[in-house]
Amino acid sequence: MNTRSPWIISSWLVGVAAALWVVAHAHYINDLSAFLPAKPTHLQKLMVDQLRDGPASRLLLIALEGGDSETRARVSLGMARRLRNDAAFSIVENGEALTASRDRDFLFAHRYLLSDAVDAGRFTATGLKHAIEETIEGLASPAGLLLKSLVPHDPTGEMLRIIDQLSRNRSPRTQHGVWISADGARTLLVAQTAAPGSDTDAQERDLQAISGAFDASVAEASGVQVRPAGAQIPAADSSAVQLKMSGPGVFAVAARAKIKRAAMRLSIVSSILVVAVLLAVYRSPLALGLGLLPVATGALAGVAAVALGFGAVHGVTLGFGITLMGESVDYSIYFFIQSLHGGTGGPPGDEWRRRLWPTVRLGMLTSVCGFASLLPSGFPGLAQLGLYSITGLIAAAMVTRFLLPELLPLGFRIGDVSALGLRVGGVRDSICRHGRSRLGYAACAVAAVAMLLLYRHHDTLWNRELSRLSPVSPQDLRYDATLRADLGAANVSDLVIVEGAGLEEVLRGAERAEAVLRTLVDERVIGDVDSPADYLPSLATQEARRGALPDARTLRDDLKAGVAGLGLDLGQLTPFVEDVAAARQAALLTPDDLRGTSLAAGFDALILHQSDRWSALLPLRGVDGATPDIEVARVAARLEAARLPNTMVLDLKAQTDALYAGYLQEAMRLSLCGFLLIVLLLLAALRSPLRVARLLAPLCLAVLTVAAGLVQAGQQLTILHLVGMLLIVAVGSNYALFFDAEAAMQRSLNSALTLASLVIANICTVIGFGLLSFSQVPVLVALGTTVAPGAFLALLFSGLLIRRDPPVTADAL
Amino acid sequence: MKLRVLGACVSLLAHIAAHGAAASGVAAGGVDALDEVMHSLAQRRHGQVSFVEQQFLSMLKRPVESYGELIYDAPNRLEKRTIEPRPETLVVDGEVVTVQRGRRSHTLELKAYPQLLPFIESIRATLAGDRAALEKLFRLEFTGSEMRWTLILTPLDAQLAKAVAEIRIDGSRDELLKVEIRQSDGDRSLMTLRAHSGR
Repeated sequence: MNTRSPWIISSWLVGVAAALWVVAHAHYINDLSAFLPAKPTHLQKLMVDQLRDGPASRLLLIALEGGDSETRARVSLGMARRLRNDAAFSIVENGEALTASRDRDFLFAHRYLLSDAVDAGRFTATGLKHAIEETIEGLASPAGLLLKSLVPHDPTGEMLRIIDQLSRNRSPRTQHGVWISADGARTLLVAQTAAPGSDTDAQERDLQAISGAFDASVAEASGVQVRPAGAQIPAADSSAVQLKMSGPGVFAVAARAKIKRAAMRLSIVSSILVVAVLLAVYRSPLALGLGLLPVATGALAGVAAVALGFGAVHGVTLGFGITLMGESVDYSIYFFIQSLHGGTGGPPGDEWRRRLWPTVRLGMLTSVCGFASLLPSGFPGLAQLGLYSITGLIAAAMVTRFLLPELLPLGFRIGDVSALGLRVGGVRDSICRHGRSRLGYAACAVAAVAMLLLYRHHDTLWNRELSRLSPVSPQDLRYDATLRADLGAANVSDLVIVEGAGLEEVLRGAERAEAVLRTLVDERVIGDVDSPADYLPSLATQEARRGALPDARTLRDDLKAGVAGLGLDLGQLTPFVEDVAAARQAALLTPDDLRGTSLAAGFDALILHQSDRWSALLPLRGVDGATPDIEVARVAARLEAARLPNTMVLDLKAQTDALYAGYLQEAMRLSLCGFLLIVLLLLAALRSPLRVARLLAPLCLAVLTVAAGLVQAGQQLTILHLVGMLLIVAVGSNYALFFDAEAAMQRSLNSALTLASLVIANICTVIGFGLLSFSQVPVLVALGTTVAPGAFLALLFSGLLIRRDPPVTADAL
Repeated sequence: MKLRVLGACVSLLAHIAAHGAAASGVAAGGVDALDEVMHSLAQRRHGQVSFVEQQFLSMLKRPVESYGELIYDAPNRLEKRTIEPRPETLVVDGEVVTVQRGRRSHTLELKAYPQLLPFIESIRATLAGDRAALEKLFRLEFTGSEMRWTLILTPLDAQLAKAVAEIRIDGSRDELLKVEIRQSDGDRSLMTLRAHSGR
């Protein structure tokens, strides 16, 4: 291969161009479906809908802290006014009685359609007697003083009934007309975004809008005009007021920024370090540039393959794929160091291609086997990562093997690193000489201790809660819980969902479900339940209630009979008779009638409409603050017994955790399959069980040691740790194979250089992953703390345990 | 969001409370005995009495009766616990009013609903012996002796006068015996207090 082959370069260019085209035209999705099974159950789909679009995902909790409560109240009013004018927010609540009079008028006008007490019995002589008796009793109560003007219009107390119906939930107390926390330290607002919680861009804009409204309101509250951007607002009372926000949108935006920031910072730092190491080694910027070609090509090919294979690329694939194929950086390191320096006089790379490429190839195939285990995963995220790494590694290896030698100028030289190889080799030899037989025992001892440690923690070894991967800090979660407690807002994690083809159908379903759930409220299994039908009953229910209203003559007769002896003057009740007569003629209520009242927002929050599917959501509350958890199984059993169609209870946290646990379980099973696949591959390639065992022993030992170390440090293992272990095997197999090849050949040409290339590749890997451990993002930390020590141990153990021994079998490579 | 609706409920109640006609003024009498009574009332840190209340409403031919307990803790906590005909508790603690009926409890801020002030402050400030607080809201007219006194309170504020025409409190030394609230629309309530027996 003395002549250059233009077809290699041109076919690479064509391949890159094609990949670029595919990547540019690919569809990218950035939502939770990567974590949703490819064939989700109905419940799983409901759950993801909730996490993605549900009302809980759109709720932002806002707190104002600092300053005095009066100033905070002014800021709160100003913010609410501004945000209510912003179409990005469907609900803005701060406790002010803004729409109170409209709500009151609406409820009063439609009380006979809305009150759940209205039925045929309510307006018989007996029914009227009971209702009016109760009203008169109510007049004697402290609040009764305030109710008496209602009696002539509403002697049966329907208005109070509705208010009770709608105000079952605890709400925060108010001060200066707006909500404050129980301790008075915070002024509170709640906003619901129009955009789904999964739309992080929209959430980020909404958070900025809230900040903007806050700044403007603070300036207004201190009577100061907002200066042009960047100008400081003059010191005033209101400048002491601080804005705090919480909720899923806040978390999502913060997490994304945090990951972005961490990834950016870490990749800059690690790039600088790795480049510095490689420059120090190569002493050639050209080599450095060429060294990046395999990785870049691999990444491109990986994304293109995923786009072609799956039709769409998940964000998580882009985010993590590159880390998984970090091994491909090593290929060029091996190539440059092992082939170029001190070559035997032949054209660059020939010697390497002949003697060492087979080892790199086998190492690459080993990794491919490892990642292939992810391919059959039921979760698109994992399967895509598998395909991405496989394609990426193959492409990178191909570029290293075929393209790099073509691109090297003649007489290309890099710095001499054989001194490093010799020194490391010397240390290794002396350790091996002194501890010949003891090394094996030491390895067994390490393995035994590691397994013992793992066994001691085997119950709690794996964390099956998704929240463990959440980048949200515990302090932020605590603050969120505080605000929710302040607001009396349930953390909507348990809800009953009624599905149907139309609004009327789901409202009827919600009414039936609520009736069943009320029995559970009475039994104190659940604290309370919300229902969209509380705001807008189904047409059927409204019709039944309207139908229960008697005509004026019947009503008068019944009143005469019922009120007798109650001491109430019948003449006082003429407005009542007139109102009932009017209600008999009134039209039934539709969602449009709720517009302009605060009921619309409450109703909208509990109705989900997606194309032709409607869902009514009935969030459940815990019995009290001390027992917020709900026995979902009992709720499910009761709903089951009632045989309600299309009605089910969803425990969001349990469902997500179950999903993640399934994810983890499957990943573990697949990883084991991958390991078996690697064993088979090596058996086929090396044709020596002994050699395969010797080769895999240091890798297993490295994985065990790292796992034991993590567990001992109090870590619970997550799926990212598992992926990290897969990476240890993928990267480490290259080290082991080189030592194995060296051992099998008995004498190696460039053993010092091989060793040096392994050490340098290892340094790069440890730098790259080690830096991840310093980030604040749990997924990155998990990956870093697993791979960095694991890769180092894999090299150490391989170097010490795979030694030149008496000849084994014929060289299989 | 049901949170807003609760606000509607509370303001509904307050709104209704504000209904009424204008009140007439009552001349005030400056008295030293008032200070003495106030002083002895202020000595009491805690009090628990039972009450019987009759409300005479124009729409009803006979009064509505209720009874329960009135509990006072200095300086500003007042609890009216109605037992019959329907259990209901009203607690005023500082600026916060809580109404509890069954498992439901509604909390509101006194400052936001000034209409409620005369009903609450007349009794609470009197129990506290806080003449200054009373004079902030009412014109005071004191008659009788320390053994048997009558305090007539007339709202100063025109807005308050729309709801309450006059409050008349009868007492003996540091005990309240009778509180009569005459509302501007002609309805009135009469609460008779009795030292708690048994406890």
